[in-house]
Amino acid sequence: METYTAMRHFADSWALLAMTLFFLGVVAFIFRPGAKTAANQAASIPLKED
Amino acid sequence: MKYTVETILLGIGAFLALVGAGFAEDRLFAAHMWVLFFVLFGGTIVLMRRVEFRPALEGRAPPPGEYFDEVVKYGVIATVFWGVVGFLVGVVVALQLAFPDLNIEPWFNFGRVRPLHTSAVIFAFGGNALIATSLYVVQRTSRARLFGGNLGWFVFWGYQLFIVLAATGYLLGITQGREYAEPEWYVDLWLTIVWVAYLIVFLGTILVRKEPHIYVANWFYLAFIVTIAMLHIVNNLAVPVSFLGSKSYSAFAGVQDALTQWWYGHNAVGFFLTAGFLAMMYYFIPKQVNRPVYSYRLSIIHFWSLIFMYIWAGPHHLHYTALPDWAQTLGMVFSVMLWMPSWGGMINGLMTLSGAWDKIRTDPVVRMMVMAVAFYGMATFEGPMMSIKAVNSLSHYTDWTIGHVHSGALGWNGLITFGAVYYLVPKLWNRERLYSLRMVNWHFWLATLGIVVYAATMWVAGIQQGLMWREYDDQGFLVYSFAESVAAMFPYYVMRAAGGALFLAGALLMAFNVTMTILGRVRDEASILDAAALPAAAE
Repeated sequence: METYTAMRHFADSWALLAMTLFFLGVVAFIFRPGAKTAANQAASIPLKED
Repeated sequence: MKYTVETILLGIGAFLALVGAGFAEDRLFAAHMWVLFFVLFGGTIVLMRRVEFRPALEGRAPPPGEYFDEVVKYGVIATVFWGVVGFLVGVVVALQLAFPDLNIEPWFNFGRVRPLHTSAVIFAFGGNALIATSLYVVQRTSRARLFGGNLGWFVFWGYQLFIVLAATGYLLGITQGREYAEPEWYVDLWLTIVWVAYLIVFLGTILVRKEPHIYVANWFYLAFIVTIAMLHIVNNLAVPVSFLGSKSYSAFAGVQDALTQWWYGHNAVGFFLTAGFLAMMYYFIPKQVNRPVYSYRLSIIHFWSLIFMYIWAGPHHLHYTALPDWAQTLGMVFSVMLWMPSWGGMINGLMTLSGAWDKIRTDPVVRMMVMAVAFYGMATFEGPMMSIKAVNSLSHYTDWTIGHVHSGALGWNGLITFGAVYYLVPKLWNRERLYSLRMVNWHFWLATLGIVVYAATMWVAGIQQGLMWREYDDQGFLVYSFAESVAAMFPYYVMRAAGGALFLAGALLMAFNVTMTILGRVRDEASILDAAALPAAAE
């Protein structure tokens, strides 16, 4: 198989799946239990001092 | 301070530039090397005059915990300066389109001045704003001094040298003809070196941070730095004709070259003009209204979805071209999907004001930032719409595109940068407040009015152009010649220049206001608050 075709097939199968799963993982991680407190703490970082 | 090594290196650089001028393969390269020689030689002299002969015992190491703000100060001044220059050149090119006699050959033709305008506003104004604010924000949110010591100075001055070389190159006629990446191979190589130094300074500060969490603004800044490095290198892969010549040929050809160019071009919008400036939004809006960002978790989703989608949107610049159909559709679909993270981010920025909405009335700086986010929302609504093939068949190659770009660039990038500058100047120079808040208010209205005139005019102009180009009579002939559609644009082009002039006037006010604030002056004026309560007293 040509390099182009091989890369093209890889890109629209496994690579696409891996990226989608990573993205869904990020979203799931953000909504894990206890994330809200961590997020609120992180949000206050700029306001702590100068 | 002692800059012995730096002075010697600059001197060597000046000498090499002189050698380059002497052995140049072509006239343009020689001229460019003379420019480089005079800049570097001047820099060497300035540094030599600063040499101190006191023993280097005391005060070599900066007191720990203190932020490195000197370079940020220079960056803010450079932002204001290049902003005024870039907007001024913009008004000039707008007038050149309306009145072709203003094209002064050969150096000030539209073809040469136009990239000067785009690079001055995007890379000189926007780039300096991004570098200055990122170095400020990363220190504050990491609670650590800038990593790398004097490397910060190298980033700043190295970037200014890139700007000067790019700008003089355009006027001389040196270009590789890639939109928003016009500088030739040797200037590209120099920018790569500066950019790596920038990455080291920024990432190093994050690595030595005392704050356990990396604040979301830094994620956006880092995405901007890393992605621009990648885009810059791939898009500028080229083979120079001679190592002492100004001409190079791209490593790609045909449609691959076009796609590489627009993969770069659109991601320059996505990661330079969007991700980087969103970082400003996520730091300066919470600071100015003194409230945490509305939803931190939304900001994280905003970040990841923006990163994952923007990179695919480039093909929408090549609708109905030789690019394969599936690639065009891919670009369109991802552009439409981008709508969601963009609006999520816009809502997040606006809702940060919840509970402090009165600040829009009482604080012109907040007003500016809110208008910036509103324009972010409008531009990211218009963009996906224009990427739809059916809409694009009307809008492509017309002035509608120019209007869209400017509502994003002037409205979003411009106003959020002005807001950040107004926030930073009193902080950096330890002033109680700005010289004049009323001038900020004037700047706000001049800029907003200018953008509205500009964008609305270009909508009408663009749609009229698109309709004229596709108008057939019942026998299948085109009704209008191209020249007729150009002539029909005259009134719009004049109005566009007027809108740009309003925007420039606002920027001049800012330059004055910032200068006076730095000089420590305070204008004696009634406060904005009193005026709102007593409209009659405002007279």
